[in-house]
Amino acid sequence: MAQQKSAGQIVKDGLWLDNPVFTQVLGICSALAVTNLVLNTMVMSAALVFTTALSGFTVSLLRNITPRRVRMMVQTLIIAFYVILFDRVLAAYWPDMSRSLGPYVGLIITNCIIMGRAEAFAGSNPPFKSMLDGFFSGLGYSFVLLAVSVVRELLGMGSILGIPVPFLSSPGFDRWIIMVMPPGAFFTLAVMVWMFRSIKKRGEQKAGGGK
Amino acid sequence: MSFGAELLHLVTVLFAAVFTENILLARFLGMCSFLSVSRQIKTAVGLGLAVVFVMTFTVALDWVAFRYILLPFNLYYLRFLVFIVIIAAFVQFVEMVVERYSPVLYQNLGIFLPLITVNCAILGASLFMVIRDYSFAEGIAFGLGSGLGWMLAIVAMAGIREKLANAKIPEGLQGPGITLIIAGFMALAFIGFTGVLSSERKQTEPKPVTQEIRQVDQDTTRIVVEEPVE
Repeated sequence: MAQQKSAGQIVKDGLWLDNPVFTQVLGICSALAVTNLVLNTMVMSAALVFTTALSGFTVSLLRNITPRRVRMMVQTLIIAFYVILFDRVLAAYWPDMSRSLGPYVGLIITNCIIMGRAEAFAGSNPPFKSMLDGFFSGLGYSFVLLAVSVVRELLGMGSILGIPVPFLSSPGFDRWIIMVMPPGAFFTLAVMVWMFRSIKKRGEQKAGGGK
Repeated sequence: MSFGAELLHLVTVLFAAVFTENILLARFLGMCSFLSVSRQIKTAVGLGLAVVFVMTFTVALDWVAFRYILLPFNLYYLRFLVFIVIIAAFVQFVEMVVERYSPVLYQNLGIFLPLITVNCAILGASLFMVIRDYSFAEGIAFGLGSGLGWMLAIVAMAGIREKLANAKIPEGLQGPGITLIIAGFMALAFIGFTGVLSSERKQTEPKPVTQEIRQVDQDTTRIVVEEPVE
């Protein structure tokens, strides 16, 4: 992490190689709960990308004048600032969604990914690169969540974004109610992590141990 | 409400928070430390106790701050900021007190305290407390119950994972993968508690699972997972 990474490398790492969910299984707390519907997940992902990108930018801007002892607190407050912004806008223009996401928007503050990126990257890199890093880490995270939510909504309710899918919503297909309930989220994510790790391992073997 | 009825109500809130509404298995909060610190029973118990303690007190403190500072001054939107600062300050304070007066306890519990500030379950409990509009006593019962529920889940998981150490697991599934699957089964088991608390559910608890599913069937565009605000 000490060397300056190129922009392309940042994109690739954030989306796939260093995908925060797959490699570290971090930060799933606040987000697994909203993956039962694709629409909820999209809003949540937007909030997350917005927060990671801008908090990375701000933390990086302030990195030289932040005393080391209080930097965790400063980072938390910066993140909280952006989360509050998003929460207010959502409550003002889309109250239904704000209500159905409940406390989970606020819980983005304690999402380990944002903190992790701020600590690991933004603390030692220039502002725009940090913003890029935050943006693509957030995007990598969102893409996993979206995948989970598509599986859950499709099997649990036979629809995507509320639009019924022909075969799965017909009476002949038994909906997997379990997918809408908490255990479904655990199982789906577990299978995704398993798939990702296996694919990555195979890729590493092919490349002879390198990336 | 008579004193007896009120006590019964508090016990219901407590048990609901431990079993039917387990903050980890039903609400997915505190997953990060759940996945990474559940390898040994001993450390799991340590972290669990720290969470129980901190959660009970921060929910109480947050309740006071919310009712007497945020509401009168109409600063509802600042609640995230205020709560997180209270939690961080409280954890720091406890760490200092424990270090000063009980070195033994500090050795066992101290390393976990900094971890707790970023544990989303703590902030989550306070936010749920606000959304459900709990009274002070209910809030304490809820904070205690959520902490105990979290501890129960992580200790059980640590017990299972200790047994799992010798098992043959496919390579890609090792670590977080298998932990998530076990958590899924545990969540499934905890759903079984849903029918246990039925007398007071109408006022205190969200709809039972069966009703929730019915609602899903009718209204496929959006389900309200959480109980509505106010």
